[in-house]
Amino acid sequence: MASEHTRPAILAEGLRKRFGKTLALDGLDLEVAPGTVLGLLGPNGAGKTTAVRIFTTLLEPDGGHAEVAGLDCVRDAQRLRSRIGLAGQYAAVDELLTGRENLEMVGRLYRLPRATARARAAELLEQFDLAEAANRTARTYSGGMRRRLDLAASLIATPPVLFLDEPTTGLDPSGRLAMWDRISALRAQGTTLLLTTQYLEEADYLADLIAVIDHGRTIAQGTADELKRQVGGERIELTLARGADVALGAQTLAPHVDGHVRADEEGRRLSGAAVDGARRLADVVRDFDAAGIGLDDLAVRRPTLDDVFLTLTGHAAEADEREAA
Amino acid sequence: MSFEALDTGRQHGWLYWQVSDALVLTGRALRHIPRSPEILVYSTIQPVMFVVLFRYVFGGAIKLPPNISYVNYLMAGIFVNTVAFGSFSTGVGLALDLQNGLIDRFRSLPMSRAAVLIGRTLSDLVRNVFTGAVMFAVGILVGFNPQGGVPEIAAAVGILLLLGFAFSWIGATVGLAVRNVEAVQSAGFIWLFPLIFASSAFVPTAGMPAGLRAFANHQPISQVVDAARNWFLGVPVGSHGWIAAVWCVGILAVFVPLSVRVYRHAASKA
Repeated sequence: MASEHTRPAILAEGLRKRFGKTLALDGLDLEVAPGTVLGLLGPNGAGKTTAVRIFTTLLEPDGGHAEVAGLDCVRDAQRLRSRIGLAGQYAAVDELLTGRENLEMVGRLYRLPRATARARAAELLEQFDLAEAANRTARTYSGGMRRRLDLAASLIATPPVLFLDEPTTGLDPSGRLAMWDRISALRAQGTTLLLTTQYLEEADYLADLIAVIDHGRTIAQGTADELKRQVGGERIELTLARGADVALGAQTLAPHVDGHVRADEEGRRLSGAAVDGARRLADVVRDFDAAGIGLDDLAVRRPTLDDVFLTLTGHAAEADEREAA
Repeated sequence: MSFEALDTGRQHGWLYWQVSDALVLTGRALRHIPRSPEILVYSTIQPVMFVVLFRYVFGGAIKLPPNISYVNYLMAGIFVNTVAFGSFSTGVGLALDLQNGLIDRFRSLPMSRAAVLIGRTLSDLVRNVFTGAVMFAVGILVGFNPQGGVPEIAAAVGILLLLGFAFSWIGATVGLAVRNVEAVQSAGFIWLFPLIFASSAFVPTAGMPAGLRAFANHQPISQVVDAARNWFLGVPVGSHGWIAAVWCVGILAVFVPLSVRVYRHAASKA
């Protein structure tokens, strides 16, 4: 057991996978220590889902090495499957079975004894606020309920390693927050987690470590703070009412930001690294008022995935998405 | 499904788990039947409609050997038609499981690689039994009068269900390979329609051009139809019985491993 603890729970070394002309993974390296949460961040088409599919034995890599819980994803696939859970963006539940039947079925297929599967199902239905809907078919469930059922199904055999592929994509804000709570609770229980996401804030909230991938390769890895530092933290952004004010506007904003004031091509939007976050906004408003410059919009913006990409790769996440499509 | 007494966790053998997984997924697929009653109703109404329409529309126009009424001739063909087209639902069911990610979930579990397919094909077999019973009753109402004894009728039912089961595995392979519900149905028509109509299911093959007749006489649908028909009517079956059985077993021998192979590499998206 001691040696298992020193081994990474999830490991990828030079993982490669090609689909026809598309190179989905181009030498991906990842390492996740047991009991930690890795957020795999990247735009659509970056290779996140392909990586998860290889770790969960759904896909064989063309090259490189992948292992989970010390087991090789290709050679030890069958043994590995009893130690992982998978929940994903498609909320894979059987719509014609009830919530309880779904969980008991998955429990039986994890080869739990029948009584254990039944007891675990009841426990999870309770934990995931599905007890009342337990005996209704899943097609009557809301999107959030389906996600919860999907996540519960992946937990039925209490696997030590869990893969969550975009667990909150398509959920409304309250559903997203509820899902974050569930995932945080899992982290607290010591489950090793790999979650893919397109949202920096999600990775920020849930992950111990974030790996940013693009074109099938890890381009940055670190804690949320480390990444944000690279991106440059919060920015003050404002939109001038008239483009003619740009020079004066930049001069007025300069004392409130760290470093340069950036102006966009149209010369109406100005931005700079925020020094004190939102507290400084009142001062900015007062100074612009005094200078007689009208503002259409003023905000402190946290760095987004776009900012990460812009900084790390020099191109925007969205443009990348179009390329991949 | 009385595994409880034996059930002591993971130390059972390979075969035990193959059976256990298959039973779990057969139970799952059987639960689907009463929960989507509209599918059961339509899949029963259509063959009943066929019985009545063929009986009364074609009944007067088709030349048959003397001493056999068209409804007695027709019923074996209608049964075969129903179980053969029933294979669509196996394919559609699997394409749906692929589309909504369930196959991904199953493939990530430490379970048998054949269980999902066995579950679908066995539950479709059960549905065929139900649909067949309704058709049999309607057939009797419109004049179907099987003269065979109990063993012969049992043999006829047996070969029909075996054909349905074998075709379900073809449907499973198509469903997993095509992965799209509409495409599964279109693909089904392409391979199944010629087989059904270039056969002795609805009309004697004697009136067909020589080349087509040779094909029609030897293909599995005709063999099964002729075997089942003769058993129902209580006349000698000749070689049709064993040839039909060999066809069904042969189809299973090819499509069971093939569909499992496709399943192992099935992906919900490219």
